[in-house]
Formats: sequence, structure tokens, C-alpha cells
Amino acid sequence: MLSSQLRSPQGGDWLAGVSSDAALRQLLHGLPGVDQVGVHARAAALATRSIKKEAKLAALDLAVTMVDLTTLEGADTPGKVRSLCAKAMRPDPADAAVPPVAAVCVYPDLVAAAKAELGRGTVAVASVATAFPSGRASLKVKLADVADAVDAGADEIDMVIDRGAFLAGRYGQVCEEIRAVKEACGPAHLKVILETAELATLDNVVRASWLAMLAGADFIKTSTGKVSPAATPPVALVMLAAVRDFEQASGRLVGVKVAGGIRTAKDAIRYLVLVNETAGRTWLAPGLFRIGASSLLNDLLRQRGKQLSGRYQGQDYFTLD
Amino acid sequence: MPDKPAQPDAARLAVRKTYKLYVGGAFPRSESGRSYQVRAAKGGELLAFAAQASRKDARDAVEAARAAFGAWSSATAYNRGQVLYRAAEMIEGRAGQFAGEILAAEGMSMTAARRTVAAAIDRLVWYAGWPDKVAQVAGGANQVAGPYFNFSVPEPTGVVAVIAPAESSLLGLVSVVAPVIATGNAAVVVASEERPLPAITLSEVLATCDLPGGVVNMLTGRTGELAAVLAGHFDVNAIDITGAAAGSRAELARLAAANVKRVFLGEDDWAETPTPRRMLAFTETKTVWHPVGS
Repeated sequence: MLSSQLRSPQGGDWLAGVSSDAALRQLLHGLPGVDQVGVHARAAALATRSIKKEAKLAALDLAVTMVDLTTLEGADTPGKVRSLCAKAMRPDPADAAVPPVAAVCVYPDLVAAAKAELGRGTVAVASVATAFPSGRASLKVKLADVADAVDAGADEIDMVIDRGAFLAGRYGQVCEEIRAVKEACGPAHLKVILETAELATLDNVVRASWLAMLAGADFIKTSTGKVSPAATPPVALVMLAAVRDFEQASGRLVGVKVAGGIRTAKDAIRYLVLVNETAGRTWLAPGLFRIGASSLLNDLLRQRGKQLSGRYQGQDYFTLD
Repeated sequence: MPDKPAQPDAARLAVRKTYKLYVGGAFPRSESGRSYQVRAAKGGELLAFAAQASRKDARDAVEAARAAFGAWSSATAYNRGQVLYRAAEMIEGRAGQFAGEILAAEGMSMTAARRTVAAAIDRLVWYAGWPDKVAQVAGGANQVAGPYFNFSVPEPTGVVAVIAPAESSLLGLVSVVAPVIATGNAAVVVASEERPLPAITLSEVLATCDLPGGVVNMLTGRTGELAAVLAGHFDVNAIDITGAAAGSRAELARLAAANVKRVFLGEDDWAETPTPRRMLAFTETKTVWHPVGS
């Protein structure tokens, strides 16, 4: 049913004919409801899966390549961003076998500093924009924010949706904003932050996911990291199911980024299990799954060291930022 | 009618106890689900089951100790002393229970057990007096050839693994744990393998005496298994191998050398009044230069 609604002959504009609030409401509220208890039970069951030895080592390395190494603080400086970039390119100075992370995520005014440090390497520069984290600014300001980051060289833009408009049912407005930002991004990839902690229900998470994907998001992202609870396994499971269903309906692959509160390698591996079991193997790649984090990288390195040496590692042996 | 002394009810079944670990201020079961039988020294009667910690429990205990270290090491020395004193008060309140456990574990007379509990309380009170005095003994103002004040102060080493004495299950335990935490370290303690019950009861005391969770973590289980993991752990800064079997000490020291842990061995006569050396073994001297104002 969904695929017939969505598939357009040109394969291009998914929103042809569905841009009004009413039409979007009909589409989004027509999505199957989420069994909340079932989702929590499924996420909890998958969290108990045991990943050991070679599989664990492979999972740790994969998780490293999926990290968006993030610093989003008022106290950020170009110096801090430079050291973060050095860490992103070579996470463990003592071991060249550790792969570089996927991207460095900073505020727009620090994109230039990050870009200069990363040069032409494989690590991308992601920038939050659109009046992050609240998103409470006019569209004009948001677009200027995005243009600023893109001009400075950002490869990926993390935008926030207007949660107020979404919760009030003004889906058309949210949709238009995402499309406008997508246009302003140009070649840069667009990640749309749903801020699931403010969406209240898993049904809303599914609707916001579909809305963002319909409007052209390349990635949907759980949280800003500024609101608690940030990423949780049930929310990630629902979003992963949404991108899977969207791919089946439209043929377009959309990625998922979990962000906020993921600090341990154990958590990261649990998310990888969720990805594999919900969306499928295709999504087990940095192009389609990301983990936004800052302290996670050190724990991944510690566990990697444990796997290789057999000794538990201390935090004194890894750089702080 | 005069009261008769309470007689144990022959018809009533004893409550079988299965104790747990003490990690991060909570009492979790061993991650491995294992437990082992604790038997009396005389007669071999089954006293209780104790959790048999695994290497992952040791790892979790180190994580908990590391997390607790910051706040405990920066607490005022006065506060640390008060907390230790409070622990002594609470052992006093449970003296009867401790005496019973020592009696069963070590096979001594009730009189000797009571005397041992009293000695353990006195030991804790002795160490409770030290936190705000250790800097005056181990530190000081140094004379230097220049217009500088120069101070040396002892600071806690960090996370200290303690292999508790195998024989002296309460007095020995208190004598090795108190000096470690008095100066602001966080401890991961491996209790006596054969006689863990006083250590478990001490955990219950520590859990309710204002000591922040994670400052002392008590593991019960196979000493050989746990000591090797702790000696090799890179996030442990020092290890007291006093309670390890004599034949295993060289290997523990070798494992500890990988991250240059401090290794301490001191087989004291626990009945003697101690010296500050156990405290000083787990401190690092920080020296500060400060220009003299005119």
C-alpha cells in the first residue's frame, strides 16, 4: 500500500502531491502503529547477544569507522578541534592498524579549522546547523547557518527539525524546512535530527522518520545529545525499521545516526547488533550507520587493546580529546 | 515466672545464606553466576555460600573504583577520617556477629574472637586519626637554594588492588584496607578465599557508613584467579600482595611490572600496633615550587 502511494514514475520527487498538512497527516498517521512493549522487549533481547573474540574485534573496528567524533560545547576552540581531528585520523598513535573514524562533528564556525586540519583525508567534516540544538529560529536564519557551514567546507550537515511544529501537527512546515535545508546543502549530505526525547511516543518517532526521509534526508539521527534521554535502543530499533521499510517502498537507502549517551564499547556493539537484526547487513557500513560520540572512541580503543593483549587497559594510556 | 534462656528451636530450619559481592556500593551476584561453599575451620560444617567472582567482576570492580577515586581523593582529610571512624563505630555495633564469624572461620575461642574484633575496631580508629596528619609526617617545606617556597605533599596513588591476608580474616583485612583508603585511594579487595565471611560482613558495614560507593570493592572467590587479573590490569596503580600465596608473588610482581604498578609486601604481626608505612606505600609525593613574594 505504501509503495504504491510513494513510488512515482520519475523516481524523483516523493512529495509530489503530498505537501499539505492534511495529505501528510493522512500518510504519516496511516503508517502501522508501533507495539511499544514489543519493541522494548525486542531491544532488550538483542542487547543480551554475546559477541566474542574475532567477532568482537571486527565489531570494534567497524564501530571505530562509524564514529562521528563530536565536540559541541560552548568552550570549543580551534585548538581543541585540531587535536580532535588528529585523533580522528589516527585514533591510536601507538597502533596504525586502527582505522580512522567517519567524521568530525563541530559547530559551523569551527568547520574551517577542522577542514584545514583534515585536508583531503578520508575523514569528513560534519557540522550541526539550523540553530542547533533547539532549532528555534526563522527559516532565513537556519538557511544562512547551513550556507555558512557548507561554504566553510562541511561535507555533512546535521539539522534539527522544528519539534514544536511537528508536535502541533504542522507537518507541511517541517517538510518544507527540511527540503529548503537539503537544497541549501548542495552536495553536502543531510542528517536530520529528530530529537526523539521530545517526540514523546515511538509512533511519533516513526512519523518523524518518514517525514524526514520523504523530504529528502540522507540520514535520520536520534538526538542532539543535549536532551536526556538521548539515543536509546528502542528508539534506534524503530528508526532502523523505518529506513528498512522506506527502502522497500521507495528504493532509496537512508542512513541512521544514533547520538548521545553512547559511552561504552558494549553499548556500541549492542547498536551494531540492532542494525544487523533490524535493517540488515547493508546498513552495517559507515555510509549508512553512524554513532555520534566523544568518549566512546577511547573505550573502543581500550577494548580493542584488551582483545589484542589479553590485559585490561587503563584510561591513562589514551588521549583525552 | 522467670524467663528461660532462649533455646535454639530444633524444629526450625536454619536460613541458608548465599552472599554476594560488593562492587560500586551495590551487592551484585558474580557475573559468572558461580558460588562456592564456605566451611568452618573446625569440623568443616557448611557456614554459607559465597559468590565466586570472575575476571569480569574484577574488571567491573576496577571500573567502580576508578569512578569513585576522584571524589574520595578530593574529599577533605577530615571527612575521610570521620568516615573511617564511623565504620569503626558500626563494627562495634555488630561485634557479636563478627566474633561469631571469626570463631567459626578461624577456629579460635570466643574470648580470643572477641579480643580480635576489639583489636580490629581499635585498628580502624587508629587509621581514622591519620588522614589529616599524614601530610605533616610524609610531607613538608623543603629548603631550596633560591627565592622559592618548596613543598612536598603526599597524594593518593589511585586504584589499589589489595590481596587480603588468608589467615587473619577480620583484623588482617582491616589492617590492609584501612591504610589504603585513609590517604584517599580507592581499593579493590580480594577477601580471604577460605574465610570470606567477616569480609562480607565488613562490606555491609562499609555500605552503610557514609563511605562513598566504589571506594572499597570486595571480591570473594579464588585468590589465584583474581590476583593475576588485578596485577595485570592497566588501570590499577598499585597492588598489595601480602595475602597472596608465597609461591605466586613473583609472578604477580612480574605482571604488575607491565604498567609499573607499585607492589607492596608486608607480612606484619597484625596484633602489633602498626606504623604509617602501609599508608605511605600507596602515596605519591608531589613537590610544588612557589616564588617567594617580596
